[in-house]
Amino acid sequence: MQAWPIYRVMGDDANAPNLVSDDLALRIYKDMVLLRTFDEKALNLQRQGRVGTFPPSLGQEATEIGSAYALSKKDWLVPSYRDHGALYVHGVPFENVILFAMGRAASLAGDVRALPSSIPIATHLPHAVGLAMAMQMQGEESVAIAYFGDGATSEGDFHEALNFAGVFKAPAIFLCQNNGWAISVPVSRQTASPTLAQKAVAYGIHGVRVDGNDALAVYQTVKQARERALSKEGPTLIESLTYRLGPHTTADDPTRYRQAEDLVPWRGEHDPIVRLGVYLEKQGVLGPKDLDGMKKDAQEWVNQAVEAAEAMPKVKPIEMFEHVYAVMPPRLVQQLQDLEGGVQ
Amino acid sequence: MAEQNMVQALNTALHEMFEGDARILLMGEDVGKNGGVFRVSEGLFDKFGGQRVIDTPLAESGIIGTAIGLAVGGMRPIAEVQFMGFLYPGLDQLFSHAGRLRARSVGQVSVPLLVRMPYGGGIRAPEQHADSAEAYLTHTPGLKVVVPSTPYDAKGLLYSAIEDPDPVIFLEPIRMYRLGRMEVPEGRFTVPIGQARVAKTGSDLTLICWGAMTHLAMTVAEDFQKRGIEIEVLDLRTLAPLDRQAIASSVAKTGRCVILHEAPRTGGLAGEITALIMEVAFWYLKAPVARVTGFDVPYPAYAWEDFYMPNPERLSRVITETLKD
Ligand SMILES: Cc1ncc(C[n+]2csc(CCOP(=O)(O)OP(=O)(O)O)c2C)c(N)n1
Ligand SMILES: [Mg+2]
Repeated sequence: MQAWPIYRVMGDDANAPNLVSDDLALRIYKDMVLLRTFDEKALNLQRQGRVGTFPPSLGQEATEIGSAYALSKKDWLVPSYRDHGALYVHGVPFENVILFAMGRAASLAGDVRALPSSIPIATHLPHAVGLAMAMQMQGEESVAIAYFGDGATSEGDFHEALNFAGVFKAPAIFLCQNNGWAISVPVSRQTASPTLAQKAVAYGIHGVRVDGNDALAVYQTVKQARERALSKEGPTLIESLTYRLGPHTTADDPTRYRQAEDLVPWRGEHDPIVRLGVYLEKQGVLGPKDLDGMKKDAQEWVNQAVEAAEAMPKVKPIEMFEHVYAVMPPRLVQQLQDLEGGVQ
Repeated sequence: MAEQNMVQALNTALHEMFEGDARILLMGEDVGKNGGVFRVSEGLFDKFGGQRVIDTPLAESGIIGTAIGLAVGGMRPIAEVQFMGFLYPGLDQLFSHAGRLRARSVGQVSVPLLVRMPYGGGIRAPEQHADSAEAYLTHTPGLKVVVPSTPYDAKGLLYSAIEDPDPVIFLEPIRMYRLGRMEVPEGRFTVPIGQARVAKTGSDLTLICWGAMTHLAMTVAEDFQKRGIEIEVLDLRTLAPLDRQAIASSVAKTGRCVILHEAPRTGGLAGEITALIMEVAFWYLKAPVARVTGFDVPYPAYAWEDFYMPNPERLSRVITETLKD
């Protein structure tokens, strides 16, 4: 039996060398602080009724940000609903994420190589395979990376995507964020396998586990997977071990299925932001007051983004019709007229 | 008798059924400890345990396919799909197997399967949580499709569905889950599958609807009543098989018909019902049959939801048109 060590570069039980420069580590750290600030703000806005149901990524910042830093802007990012952090790093402005949470379809920016966040679980994984194949067929130096959760590994499309990727040696990365939960269902209920990474074996592709709260380890793991993909060594399944500290979404009440104690091993010194902060302080590139300054900057920045989003003009009926097809067919022209006739 | 909303009526029915028949199981995502994302299965896990109230892995094809096997094997599974928009990975199990096993086995295999799911819009849900995909199911031979619009019908139809020898898809209108309470009898009672309900009698026009649209239909019909126009509201309750008799006799009486659904227009059930009216009541019609529906666009993000959803203005406009001589 193959062993499945957890790749880790920070802390006392590190088992691999760190290859990330302090400068890059500091940038990753800043964006993790920004993501946390944003999530906390969005949770507040939801309570005030200013945005709708929102899925925070609290506790998963290292995986979200660290992974996206390892990508090139030419790579395709194929996200789920909780991946606004990765999308942000890839180039999608936060205002767009806020608009998305306000029920306005704008989780994207036109020039960013990303698909809209998949709401149905796991069904976007085959798209990443196809995108990766398209990149390869056209001789592009880019990969496709799919983001998904532990729950997604139970869906048929997860298995079909890994299998296709293996057969076609697609330059794809499957980034599974094992955050312990699929809403109320623990990962132990998704699979009888001891790890998720080992599912790669069945499809003849590379599998690896990484400490998902170690931003630098995540960065390196994704970077290596990317290099493998580009050097025609095939796809990689990454199991990133992290923890969902917040509710599944603002509509969820985690006290129904987990205890406060369950969070203890993931809070405090295990928090991904704290961990990278401790490391950076040790490296001498982060002062004790720097975090406060970063938080303040992040808050201002997020507030500006919220203001910009809230200042957008009201939605119009035509926006619901104009992008269904490249050319609006007569029946939609007719339906739009009917609707506007009634609206006036 | 207790006043209950639809969630409570369904929850009570499930508790009673679990007491009464040890073969009944509930399986799905978050149905156990969490009591379902809408709390329809609240308390079942604590009372009946994880053997009967089963949190499954996250896989709709797995849930429905396994439930088919359980049903054929002598159990009485209730499969829950978390939202209708997430049914699609499981559709193959309904299309290729649940709906066909009886016919393919020349009557030797029964699939007494019940598949429940919340459906429909109107609550500002995130994208893809508001689909009304009933037409895919009513188009599938071998399936029965029911949609309660009141707490009473929810409980009565659930009893009929669990006792039915064939697969029944039970659609729960999300907007009606907690909208309105009514007296719901304790213990078993049934609302027969295949029978529409006259929610309001009238002689001037038949308004056909189901699910949350019944609520809109009633509001608009009461409004017309104030102006002396009597609209008959026919809440179908079962979408497959359709209650031909009820549709025929109401339309024959009124001579005018408007069909209301929130699903997209093209290929929606209104088209089928219109054809049925041609077959059973054409010679009674005084005006063309009309429909008020969702538009032929993917259910939009919720900022556009009010544009998408049929509303009193759109419905009243079409009713007024249809009432013209
Ligand atoms: C096909 C499908 N089924 C069910 C759902 C409802 N649902 C939304 S999120 C979720 C849990 C997902 O868990 P996981 O894959 O671990 O991702 P996480 O939310 O933890 O990031 C479920 C069941 C869905 N969105 N899509
Ligand atoms: Mg998860």
